[in-house]
Amino acid sequence: MAEPVPAIEVTGLTKRYGSPQTGLLAVDNIDFGVRRGEVFGFLGPNGAGKTTTIRMLTGLARPTSGQARVLGLDLAHDLPQIKKRIGVVPEASNLYGELTAFNNLIFSMQLYGVPRDERARRADELLERFRLVDKRDVPFARLSRGMKRALTIAAALAHRPEVVFLDEPTTGLDVVSARGLRQTVAGLRKQGVTVFLTTHYLEEAERLCDRIALIVRAQIVTLDTVDGLKARAQGAVAVEVTSDDGAGGTETRRLVGKDVAAGVRAALAEAEWEGRRVLAVNTVQPTLEDAFVQLTGLSADVMRAEKGGRNK
Amino acid sequence: MLSDDLRGIWYIMLKDLRAYYFKPPNISWGILFPFAFVLAFVIRDAENLDSLVPGLLALTLLFGTSSMEAIVITFERRIGALERLLLAPLRLPALLAGKLLGGMVFGLVTTLVVLIVALVVFGASGVNWLLLILGMILSATAFSAMGVLVSVSVKEVFEAQTLANAFRFPMMFLGGVFVPVTLLPLGLQVVARVLPLTYAVEVLHAAMAGGELPLAILDLAVLSAFAVVFFGFASWVLARQVA
Repeated sequence: MAEPVPAIEVTGLTKRYGSPQTGLLAVDNIDFGVRRGEVFGFLGPNGAGKTTTIRMLTGLARPTSGQARVLGLDLAHDLPQIKKRIGVVPEASNLYGELTAFNNLIFSMQLYGVPRDERARRADELLERFRLVDKRDVPFARLSRGMKRALTIAAALAHRPEVVFLDEPTTGLDVVSARGLRQTVAGLRKQGVTVFLTTHYLEEAERLCDRIALIVRAQIVTLDTVDGLKARAQGAVAVEVTSDDGAGGTETRRLVGKDVAAGVRAALAEAEWEGRRVLAVNTVQPTLEDAFVQLTGLSADVMRAEKGGRNK
Repeated sequence: MLSDDLRGIWYIMLKDLRAYYFKPPNISWGILFPFAFVLAFVIRDAENLDSLVPGLLALTLLFGTSSMEAIVITFERRIGALERLLLAPLRLPALLAGKLLGGMVFGLVTTLVVLIVALVVFGASGVNWLLLILGMILSATAFSAMGVLVSVSVKEVFEAQTLANAFRFPMMFLGGVFVPVTLLPLGLQVVARVLPLTYAVEVLHAAMAGGELPLAILDLAVLSAFAVVFFGFASWVLARQVA
């Protein structure tokens, strides 16, 4: 049986803003492919080139060089056909503040040519799925941040796209809203929709994605399944040292290294130096965060740097 | 692709009219504005008010089409909503055409109210209806295209207002609304000839008070040219921004 056409194929994609000498190289000669029906994570710190890549793949920015195909169609020549078959959720919830939740969904469907007799039914179905039925006639501007995010995603799905681009979908959301959106992404996978997800939340990528590309400083460092990435850190061991924090509570520090004994010794020495009492020492399986630290050479704190101030 | 563009134009226009234009403050301001001008002239000199009607109609078209038009795109860009249209399956000129039509329809509706009042007060005898309709539509198109160009050329809403006024206010005084262009000093007459309002006033004057038909047809042609140039330039500017 012939292989299905990949959802996304990217070869040598580059974006430079400004002059070739002094301009900003936002995306540098990246290659990757996204399979049909998978949740593909594009993981990297702020400013790594994630959003620029999405903007190029959705026609909002023209690549400086390189090629990309979406659903087998050439980005440079078939953009209008591609646009009909994709849905995009930008980082900021950007529906029309003056229109109600229902009318925003209807307008999205009008633009994408959803038949008239389907629109109202589909809008009500989406409002129900995203638990916004009681907000049907409320203007978008008056919704809470979580509801705005949910409605923005609903609008991107209204025309039943085959590929959905989600740019930092949970940034700025409270924990409950973020959990709801993760359930939505999991639901899309079940429906066979391809999801291209950018995030700088490691745990989010670990929980949702089938495969992950790590992008750092405009270049893809590695691309693998979540388990594959973790396996690369298997040569190392993670040691968690729990100690008192001197204020009646406890504090857990995590160290990742190749030598377990050296790691434990270093952790104990550090605790002793700081005058903390060690309560427990555990070796644990490396996580995606450990793999990220090993593969990129960056601190996990770089990824935790917030853009929008999310409530944990 | 054409059907996608036409559908996009239509629904963007309807959305803009619903979301921005046909709001009570806009309607009342759009209609009150020209009457405020009339009142100013009545207070000064109640004679020959009928000669002001073509100019006031042109002025209503200018402000009715371009006031919101000049800020709608800037505003949507500011809140990120313009991206939704850029992501939709339609070409950039179709997106701008939808925006242009919104301003045009609003300008024509407000002007229609002023026209009806003028016809009731001064009568409709001698009106060249075809010329009047063509003149109003082409003037609205040119002014709305000017609004679109202003809107894509700036980043902030207040910049859009400033730039729009930089075009509109010289037009108001040099475009023949209050003083015939022929009575202006020669230098200002030359300036008046590069302003679209001058041609709008001329053609509406010809339609309502009689005038040379060939000159009126030339006015229509010049208004069309203004519309094409403004719209083409706006499309070019937006395309460069997306790149």
